[in-house]
Amino acid sequence: MEITKKVRGGDVRAATRLIRNLEDRIPHAKDTIKHIFSHTGKAHVIGFTGSPGAGKSTMIDSVVAELRKRDKTVGVLLVDPTSPFTGGAILGDRIRMQRHALDPGVFVRSLATRGALGGLSKAVGDAIHVMDAMGKDYVIVETVGTGQQEVDIINHAHTVVVVLVPGMGDEIQAIKAGILEIADVFVINKADRDGAGKLYRELVYMLSMVDEFPGGWKPPIIRAENIFDADSFQRSLDELTNTIGQHYQNLIDKGLLGDRIRRKAVLELNEALLAAILDPVLTKLVESGEMKEMTEKLLKKETDPYTLAEMIASRYLVMPAE
Amino acid sequence: MYFSKELLDSSSRMRQRWEDEVKKAVAKWPDQKEDWTTVSSLDIKRLYTPEDIKDLKFDEDIGYPGQYPFIRGNQVTGYRGKFWTFRMFSGFGSAYDTNQRWHQLLKAGQTGLSTAFDFPTLMGYDTDDPKARGECGKCGVAIDTLEDFMVLVDGVPMDKITTSMTINPPATALWAMYCAAAEIKGIPLTKIGGTIQNDMLKEFIAQKTLMCPPEPSVKLISDTVEFGTKFVPRWNTISISGYHIREAGSTAVQELAFTLRDGMEYVEDVLKRKGLDVDTFAPRLSFFFNSHIDFFEEIAKLRAARRIWAKAMRDRYKAKDERSWWMRFHTQTAGCSLTAQQPYNNVVRTATEALAAVLGGTQSLHTNSLDEVWCLPTDHAVEIALRTQQIIAEETGAANTIDPLAGSYFVEALTNEMEQQAWDYIHKIDDMGGMVAAIDKGFPQMELADAAYKFQRQIDSNEKIMVGVNKYVTEDEQEIPLLDIDDAIETQQIERLNAVRRKRDDKAAKKSLNDLKDACKKGENVMPYCIEAVKNLCSVQEICDVYREVYGEFRDPAMY
Amino acid sequence: MAKRKLRIMVAKPGLDGHDRGARVLARCFRDAGYETIYTGCHQTPEQIAAAAIQEDIDCVGLSCMSGAHKYLFPECVKQIRALGGDDIQIIGGGIIPKQDYQLLYDAGLKGIFTPGITLDDIVAWINENIVPNVKE
Repeated sequence: MEITKKVRGGDVRAATRLIRNLEDRIPHAKDTIKHIFSHTGKAHVIGFTGSPGAGKSTMIDSVVAELRKRDKTVGVLLVDPTSPFTGGAILGDRIRMQRHALDPGVFVRSLATRGALGGLSKAVGDAIHVMDAMGKDYVIVETVGTGQQEVDIINHAHTVVVVLVPGMGDEIQAIKAGILEIADVFVINKADRDGAGKLYRELVYMLSMVDEFPGGWKPPIIRAENIFDADSFQRSLDELTNTIGQHYQNLIDKGLLGDRIRRKAVLELNEALLAAILDPVLTKLVESGEMKEMTEKLLKKETDPYTLAEMIASRYLVMPAE
Repeated sequence: MYFSKELLDSSSRMRQRWEDEVKKAVAKWPDQKEDWTTVSSLDIKRLYTPEDIKDLKFDEDIGYPGQYPFIRGNQVTGYRGKFWTFRMFSGFGSAYDTNQRWHQLLKAGQTGLSTAFDFPTLMGYDTDDPKARGECGKCGVAIDTLEDFMVLVDGVPMDKITTSMTINPPATALWAMYCAAAEIKGIPLTKIGGTIQNDMLKEFIAQKTLMCPPEPSVKLISDTVEFGTKFVPRWNTISISGYHIREAGSTAVQELAFTLRDGMEYVEDVLKRKGLDVDTFAPRLSFFFNSHIDFFEEIAKLRAARRIWAKAMRDRYKAKDERSWWMRFHTQTAGCSLTAQQPYNNVVRTATEALAAVLGGTQSLHTNSLDEVWCLPTDHAVEIALRTQQIIAEETGAANTIDPLAGSYFVEALTNEMEQQAWDYIHKIDDMGGMVAAIDKGFPQMELADAAYKFQRQIDSNEKIMVGVNKYVTEDEQEIPLLDIDDAIETQQIERLNAVRRKRDDKAAKKSLNDLKDACKKGENVMPYCIEAVKNLCSVQEICDVYREVYGEFRDPAMY
Repeated sequence: MAKRKLRIMVAKPGLDGHDRGARVLARCFRDAGYETIYTGCHQTPEQIAAAAIQEDIDCVGLSCMSGAHKYLFPECVKQIRALGGDDIQIIGGGIIPKQDYQLLYDAGLKGIFTPGITLDDIVAWINENIVPNVKE
């Protein structure tokens, strides 16, 4: 297929259009993914998460610069929320990365969540494949920064970087809410601020409570300062970039990379099954008007959702006899 | 209490009677609309009475001119000794073009100069930088090196005329040029007077003329405050500006609150970083406000600003010198209130806004020209704008008496309300850890974006009226003459710059830039190094590149 | 199954930072249901073009208040076309005198929006004139 060849050749226009078709769930885009899939799995996928305003984009921007210095190619996916009221979105994270706009080794693409169930837009998983197939050495994903997405990132990324900043008030809460479990690397941004010491000590304490880390990898805590000295900020970014590389190497050395890849495979299979089985059924129900009828029945309390679901399932699902 | 109990009681009785009458009248002739609000959407009552200001304390809250809390102005004689300064902002094309406009304005009776720079200069780029393409001389005068600056101030009596320079990230470089030019002309630094805008916080909040991150930007400002305090005592080293905050879409209260909180942030930084006594520098801090179209809201805002500042300086920062409690400010009529449609109407808007600024007690005023929605003003349009001020000063009688609206139930009540709302914002920002921290969180930026969007929606839905835009619209368009800036200026300016580069002592220039870099790294005051660098014909961009290299470059995070 | 989303970019070329209009517009586009990429201020035409291509944009809205539109807008069109963005529509707004309209239309701008136009007018114009530039 022409498009496959173009994407594999690194053609940005073809790739961005393919991502769009995947977002818009155009059927033939799925076919392209089928062709591309066997060519993926080479890129190191890094997820950046942390509350809004923690400085994720700026951090990614600097990591990209550092990776470029090391002659690596990078794809960046920036995810912003879709407005639940209008379906529109403002995708504004690109602003911090515009200095790489003219660098052919960097491809930045913004995506809206479009209210995808389960957090990270399904398209993000596919878009990672596209960038991977383009031959990018690294694919970096920036999450929205709130809610369930933070935890979902682990299903897509090999290395998860959690960016924290003192003074936001909710860092410790976030850590308690599950961020600790998914973090491979912590960064305390603006570590020269009041409250950074406290945040650092809290983190160290929480990590000390963990008995065992998978692969013996205890998430390092990197402190990034930038006041008055661009040089020292850059040094902490070098450290971050190196640490990300070490984490990946550790996954390989300890044979854990397979687990992460398997996790993504399971998720994608789940999603693909849902799409393959549920979508056509839903389409039929909506088109035939049956969906509306059933909703009415529910409203009148004539029946319940479970009975209806079993009825529909028995109509469409033919289970082979055991 | 401002009124006796008897008076308030009888007022209350009379009010009830009046309210009954109003109910009947409204039943018969309904009001034209439901909401009567200011342009910033503050609710305004149908009538104000003594009851609305019953808690006012004359001695503490109002008082006399030249006395705490200075709500009635800093000058004991008001405008009788001296009108406000007629200061028209101007600058376009080359240094030569602007110098000519300046001489023309001085001849027409203007009493102070005010410089508009073009975008490359404002952003700290030379005319030949790729980012500067197409911008040279368009929005102001192009200045690359001291050579340009000498042309700009040619024939200007720098010891007699005060000059204001609207310059922010490269303020140190341009002020250094002014100082160097004075020295070359044999005028001591103690004799020159003027203002550099030099207010970076409002850039992060509103105008986005950005260079370095907030913290080092504030450090550079503290450097100028320190240098001015010690060596250039007649200079206002900062003009803490609400103007741009308002133009970016804030409400009047937000303009008031964010501007004053910015001012407090600068005071705190100088106290902390430089260890200066507050009374040594506070009297030289100056402010810059917008005068928008809502007449009474603007007057109340300016009066409230003086009272908030006096309280803050006396109580928060323990200043002892009364002059530290003064808020001195320049005002400009609101560019964003002008309309592209039926542009001659803008003369009326500007006159109204100028009158509000005068009744609010401004020390200095710029009146916009009718064509400024479209382009830099033409000579004729500038003259009308200047004459507007002169008519207010000489004909209307507005300057006869001091603070004529004091004691008005409405104006005092509105002043109180705006002050209260401003303090609420100020305390909220205090709780966030100050203005730099609040900017970091995107708080003031978000407040502005919300207000701007709301206002645009109000215009679109005719909830707020702009004559000629959404009411009294006419089909036939009034054509006005526009000033066109010659594109050839760019080529000429680049040639001038190249000529300077060829003739200068490159070794000396490079050395002074290196010295500046070391000073930045060591945290020394940069001003002496800047003056040395401009004398060695280093360009604005060369100096700013040093800052960018040492402090890093800041890009707008554009939060929503 | 899902409807095509319009992808719009709001960009500010040049050095002028007066982004009130651009930001109001970006919000308005979000509320109109578009996916809106905002580049921030101080972008070169080359950066804007590269972003438009990478983001698969249907329509680029340029905003300029500094008077440099006569250079910047045509240059943006040129750069976008040079990167193969032939199907990307480009519109402009800001302080643009009537006398410059023809020059900008000739340079390839599809629409020009100046002070006084309502947000709803702009959205209506886009809904009428801009379609997602995908074939299927």
